[in-house]
Amino acid sequence: MKAVKILGTGCRNCQTTRALVEEVAQALGVAIELEKVERMEDIMRYRIMATPGVVIDGVVVHSGGIPERSAIESWFRAAE
Amino acid sequence: MRQLILLVTLAVIWLLSYSHLNTVADALIAAMQLTRATPLGEAVHFFCYETPKVLLLLLGIVFVMGIIQTFFAPERTRALLAGRRLGVGNALAAALGIVTPFCSCSAIPLFIGFITAGVPLGVTFSFLIAAPMINEIALALLLSLFGWQVAALYLGLGLLVAISAGIVIGAFNMEHYLQDWVRAIHYGEDAAPQPNDGLALDWTARLAAGMKHVREIVGKVWLYVVIGVGLGAAIHGYVPENVLASFMGRDVWWAVPAAVLLGIPMYSNAAGIVPIVQALIAKGAALGTTLAFMMSVIALSAPELLILRKVLRWQLIVTFVGVVATGILVVGYVFNWLL
Repeated sequence: MKAVKILGTGCRNCQTTRALVEEVAQALGVAIELEKVERMEDIMRYRIMATPGVVIDGVVVHSGGIPERSAIESWFRAAE
Repeated sequence: MRQLILLVTLAVIWLLSYSHLNTVADALIAAMQLTRATPLGEAVHFFCYETPKVLLLLLGIVFVMGIIQTFFAPERTRALLAGRRLGVGNALAAALGIVTPFCSCSAIPLFIGFITAGVPLGVTFSFLIAAPMINEIALALLLSLFGWQVAALYLGLGLLVAISAGIVIGAFNMEHYLQDWVRAIHYGEDAAPQPNDGLALDWTARLAAGMKHVREIVGKVWLYVVIGVGLGAAIHGYVPENVLASFMGRDVWWAVPAAVLLGIPMYSNAAGIVPIVQALIAKGAALGTTLAFMMSVIALSAPELLILRKVLRWQLIVTFVGVVATGILVVGYVFNWLL
């Protein structure tokens, strides 16, 4: 089980990122626990400078813009 | 190598299309049995010529900007700005505002990232004013519809407004008007997450970033371009010459402040507004007045102020709006006076 957090205040890019992460995890058969972090105070704890951000098991793997599908796949593969 | 061939092929196609726009537009209205002497013919010709021209320039400029932006990740820009003094720092911040990727939904993380890394408030504001105001969409449209002189003027004056407004805000020493939770964030720069300055990318990745930027930006604004040019075409064909001179002309002293005030609550990207502005000018509106309107619509928008409200107290918001609006006002008057 991977703990995935999507950091973002709810703009369209954040929603797209969330949907894409869910889709890729399902396609790869990786079990994830998805959490959306929407409060700015909480987002800033991760010190990103652009949203959306993606955190996997406590590590910031992405910030700013919608991640590429291949990038998401590599995050899930790397830890297996 | 294959990429290089593809890139050159695309560039040649781009150049060929760009140099034949007028021929194609003439052929199109001839095929519809229209002539430019009638209002309908003039409007249709304007639409058939300007729409592909704007879209082609937009494609080219957004692609190049997407590549340039890979060299200026927010983390790198922050490192370049940390500890800079007022003046030099403001000029650098405004310039970096053009080339650093920015979207208004990221304004707060960026703002906090700058402030906590020791970038002075005034310098941060120069960045925050320049980043949305001078963007590739506005430049592409101005270049396409007004020519390079006006695009260059917009660039120069936009920088000037961003630099001087940042210096003025910095001189007010308003750091205590940040929201409390922002002032409470204090972390040293030693524990920043993964260094992501974008310098390690190879050219394949940078070209891919350019293509991605094109997909995102052009995919988002092409419809605004078509609608904006359509409205502009209707104004071109049907609104009589000089009808606007009486209330948007250069001799109307209150036109510039009215344009700035009108622009603040309005929210549009440059793609929708420039074609209409261009048509207004052709009908007798003054360039300074309309440019002030455009800057106000793009640089000061109600949604962005609401976002900034989360990190700034109202005193700082009011100062920000007041200083930027004054800057735009001066630009409008100077333009009307010079031209």
